[in-house]
Amino acid sequence: MTREGWINAALYAGLLAVPLWAWATDEPFTITLATRVAILALAGVGLNIALGFGGLISLGHAAFFGIGGYAMGILASHAQSYTPLMETPFLIEGTKSMPVIWLVAIAASSLAALVIGALSLRTSGVYFIMITLAFGQMFYFFAISWPAYGGEDGLSIYVRNGFPGVNTLDPIQFFALTFVLLSLALWLSARLAASEFGLALGAARQSPQRVETVGLSPFRLRLTAFVISGAITGLAGALFADLNRFVSPTMFSWQLSGELIVFIILGGVGRLFGPVAGAALFITLEHVLGGLSDYWHVYLGLLLLVVVLFARGGIIGLLAGRRVAHD
Amino acid sequence: MTDPVLATRDITKSFGAVRASDGISIDLRPGEIHAVIGPNGAGKSTLIAQICGGLRPDSGTVEFLGKDITSLSGPARAQRGLARTFQISALAMEDTVLQNAVLGALKSRGGRLGYFRPALGQSNLREAAFEALHRVGLADQAAVRTAELSHGQRRQLEVAVALTLRPRAFVMDEPMAGMGSEGSRQMTQFLDTLRQDAPILLVEHDMDAVFALADRISVLVYGQCIATGSVAEIRANADVQAAYLGQDA
Ligand SMILES: Nc1ncnc2c1ncn2[C@@H]1O[C@H](COP(=O)(O)OP(=O)(O)OP(=O)(O)O)[C@@H](O)[C@H]1O
Ligand SMILES: [Mg+2]
Repeated sequence: MTREGWINAALYAGLLAVPLWAWATDEPFTITLATRVAILALAGVGLNIALGFGGLISLGHAAFFGIGGYAMGILASHAQSYTPLMETPFLIEGTKSMPVIWLVAIAASSLAALVIGALSLRTSGVYFIMITLAFGQMFYFFAISWPAYGGEDGLSIYVRNGFPGVNTLDPIQFFALTFVLLSLALWLSARLAASEFGLALGAARQSPQRVETVGLSPFRLRLTAFVISGAITGLAGALFADLNRFVSPTMFSWQLSGELIVFIILGGVGRLFGPVAGAALFITLEHVLGGLSDYWHVYLGLLLLVVVLFARGGIIGLLAGRRVAHD
Repeated sequence: MTDPVLATRDITKSFGAVRASDGISIDLRPGEIHAVIGPNGAGKSTLIAQICGGLRPDSGTVEFLGKDITSLSGPARAQRGLARTFQISALAMEDTVLQNAVLGALKSRGGRLGYFRPALGQSNLREAAFEALHRVGLADQAAVRTAELSHGQRRQLEVAVALTLRPRAFVMDEPMAGMGSEGSRQMTQFLDTLRQDAPILLVEHDMDAVFALADRISVLVYGQCIATGSVAEIRANADVQAAYLGQDA
């Protein structure tokens, strides 16, 4: 196994070991922190497919995170108030079933990513960043001004949604669900990266002309990556809402898009486990530094500066050295 | 006479006041190397961009294998077997030499891109890639990161990627650019063998290479093709002497 492989394995084992230890010593708060890490890492794994593999700096991924969150919020709030979402032309009822909510979150965020991507991928560089930011803000203001689902105050869901055979109210069981989904997303992302599609997407990042001369359209490669990316981040949004039993427009905020980018930069852009390392470090810092000082973001900013200036490959790059080409 | 593989018919392209292509009609016949020469800014790269789909002509058509391809995208032209190399290397620099070569082979093997099939795990892609690398002499560099290749080796890799497309025609923009005399000599020898795979439309400043390789030469000046002919004809052409060779060679 490569050095990066060992580091990834250690991270993976660590993310599993911490909550198990917390469970054994009856520290539910630590389990919840680990669950946050797993969910935010999942959102980051999604973004990493666009940003890391495809070089698409999206400052609007909160849109997908929020869509996932509201998919959960809307479906669950209708279920808890026993009112259908709509009756004509056909009846759609709310649900408290996680698998259904996840599918809806994935479908809705993929669709949004398809539309946003189709429009914004016509641009590149700073314009792309700005357009994705603008789309994110559109969703943010829309959510604020949509009274049916809580507007600015958001929506509270009183009981966590259910998953067959799992007691989702038990923190460790809910963690297990998020951990399994994160594992699946990591597996998917590893497969994609090594696939024909991944090779072409990476080449489109490095030289779009090259990709065109071998008969592939950079636009289509990027759009596909953007949709897969948005879908995974949307799924993370649904889980995040379920973790907090609360959805609000802040899930759509550009700060959240920024945080997802921060995870990836901290962890290592384009590294498979970069978002996991980044999210874990971020949540740990937030927890430790946030307890010491209200201005912990200043320290985070300094750390980011150091990483950007001295460790371009993020934590994983620092520990594993330059990426070794497979094969 | 056999039908040309590739032809432009009276194409024009202006950038503001600059007429970069001013009614250019040239063709590429089976088995030949057709060199396009001309001073800097004559419109050679612009001509290639229109042939390969990066730019659309203001008027005129581009034909390839008997079909009008003027409205096709660059990738669609590449899929039909039009292989291009760039004046300034366009390669995936962070990837290995082998990955670049496999990239070329992806689409020419037909079908859709695999989302799960490992790109480097398929023997047909690897074979095609290694065969091309072998021919340009880069097979033992397969595992090297492209950024670590010398300038000349990158030019060779460009040609190798073009080869993996199983092309019906090559269009090359200054393949010897910046190569040094030994590198140019090797590339010249190599291109000489390459014409057996497919005809080559060759834009090149290196006159030794052009005179050694070309079956025909076209001379572009200010967006116009002022002459087309054999090496001997072009050498003897007074207009060409005045416009180009006189100052340059
Ligand atoms: N995208 C563009 N926008 C505006 N002008 C352009 C553009 N591309 C090329 N030109 C102009 O068109 C003319 C032809 O340029 P082109 O690059 O085709 O020349 P060339 O023959 O390839 O030159 P060189 O030998 O230096 O490579 C030049 O005057 C150039 O400045
Ligand atoms: Mg040129």
